[in-house]
Amino acid sequence: MKNFKLSGGLFPLKRLIDPKELIVPRKIPKDVHFPDQIFSILVKLSALALIGLFISMAVVIFIKSWPAFSHFKWEFFTRSVWDSWRQEYGVLSLIYGTVVSSLLALLLAVPISLALALFLNELAPKWLSVVLGFIVEMLAAIPSIVYGLWGVFVMAPFLRESVQPFLSKYLGGYALFSGSFYGVGMMCAGIILAIMITPTISSISKEVFRSIPHTNKEAVLSLGSTRWEMFKVALLRGGFSGLVGAVILGFGRAFGETMAVTMVIGNKISLDPSLFAPAQTMASMLATQYGEGDEFQLSALTAVGFTLFMVSLIFNSLAVFLVWKIRKRYGK
Amino acid sequence: MTGSFYYTFRKHYSWMMMGFLFLLSFLAVLPFFYIVYYVLQKGGAAINWELFTALPKGPGEEGGGLANAILGSMTMVTLACAGGIPWGVFLGICLSEYSYTRVAKTLRFVVDLFISAPSIVIGIFVYILVVTNFGFSAYAGALSLLIILVPVIARSTEEILKLVPHHIREAGLALGFPRWKVIMRILIPGTLTMLFSGIILAVARISGETAPLLFTSLANQFFAGSLSEPTASLPVQIYRFAESGFANLEAMAWGGALILMAFVFIINFFMRFGIFFMKNYYKNQLRGDKQLA
Repeated sequence: MKNFKLSGGLFPLKRLIDPKELIVPRKIPKDVHFPDQIFSILVKLSALALIGLFISMAVVIFIKSWPAFSHFKWEFFTRSVWDSWRQEYGVLSLIYGTVVSSLLALLLAVPISLALALFLNELAPKWLSVVLGFIVEMLAAIPSIVYGLWGVFVMAPFLRESVQPFLSKYLGGYALFSGSFYGVGMMCAGIILAIMITPTISSISKEVFRSIPHTNKEAVLSLGSTRWEMFKVALLRGGFSGLVGAVILGFGRAFGETMAVTMVIGNKISLDPSLFAPAQTMASMLATQYGEGDEFQLSALTAVGFTLFMVSLIFNSLAVFLVWKIRKRYGK
Repeated sequence: MTGSFYYTFRKHYSWMMMGFLFLLSFLAVLPFFYIVYYVLQKGGAAINWELFTALPKGPGEEGGGLANAILGSMTMVTLACAGGIPWGVFLGICLSEYSYTRVAKTLRFVVDLFISAPSIVIGIFVYILVVTNFGFSAYAGALSLLIILVPVIARSTEEILKLVPHHIREAGLALGFPRWKVIMRILIPGTLTMLFSGIILAVARISGETAPLLFTSLANQFFAGSLSEPTASLPVQIYRFAESGFANLEAMAWGGALILMAFVFIINFFMRFGIFFMKNYYKNQLRGDKQLA
């Protein structure tokens, strides 16, 4: 009876066989047919071509922007000046415009798109969920130029005549709402961007919510929570890293959005804290000025493009990593 | 007593939040109706036969159309498709059928990055590579559209091929087909409708792209004589007209926006329903097989 201790018993705590040993790695047979070999080489070549294209894109853009980078060094990112006459370039105001307009968009879009994802997944009846989901997909399919057109001819006059006088009257004392207003500007860009990134964030967070097992939700409900508490604990907290991924992906989209922003942000290089003031983002700068001017200005503009590219790479790979992680955790 | 108050509070708070969620999600779809309404109203006023057949006129002049822009867009999208569709489908095959290889794992990451990269950066790449050497042309515009198109097609092809149940591949292999024949003769023809839908959706997406065309194909007031000349495209033309500040050109911009949006919507509508039904069809087929077994 020595072997049957209380802790071990019939079901010893330590398993006799390591479960890892049971999983036999699946062997993938090598291609034996000659045409098969050719085909797999072709497929891999096409894949390598795209990977190569990606790397060469980064390299080519970097080489073109090297004169500007090497001339200004870190000052390129810390000064706010764009003077083609004196050949002085610094992108601080562009970075400010990009970041602030994207953050404003996130501030508006994140609660709305999370609410939409929760509503479509958990609350809405099937038919409503299908119809609303379809409308959101259509919202994502509208070309950004149409958003820009709508923004500049419908949204901007509306802001100028109804919203901004009101804000200026009651909140004008704060720096955020000070100064004169023109309709076009940071605020308009933020709102248009929010409309544009809502489908992105909501569709990914919908996926995240869907990947959380039903048993998790039922467990929380069975502890006596209300429905809202279940949403908070099981869905929002359970899928937190995936939701962060969705938000970052939305941020990346807002960051690189070009046409709509170019049309509504006013295109003026400034570091004005007011949301009413016109501003400039990196992408809108490129859209309005790229291809003009001398070689050095082109290099400086390419440097702006390279910065945009790198920032979007960092954010997107972070987001992709986070969304992958949550899918892996719940086995989907 | 306090306890019961707390429970009622929690219940009512929960109901309140549900109402809040409903309101916010209503707010999320509201802009759609606003945009569609204004594009229909303002674009509808500008739509006439001349818009499709005539060249644009100067500011302040009556009439004129977007014929060269529509033709230019069609040319460049067709060129991009000619290269992009086979390449994208091959990448999709790599992602789904060779997913265990290291190349495919890297490719999946690169495709993800490409899909979310700002399209204007792709325009810069093509500008440096092609335009500085050969000048503005339809080829350059088509190349930048192609780079945007390929990853989107690869992704949709991968997702569709992964829907095909494994035993179909195994059945083919058991009959002695080599692998490439299983892919090209069984998987691709079997999913052709869905693949086609995915491809068309990707094409609809690139046909509205503006940013990379701004400085690759530039613009042209007339029909382009050849593919190596600057070419007008519908989105760029809309942008130029909207920024021009003249009422007649702005009206034409709205007309162009209506054409673009109608194109995108019609395609999306039919293709998404197509994909929806085909997916259900496959699921039902799978369920039937399980019941048999």
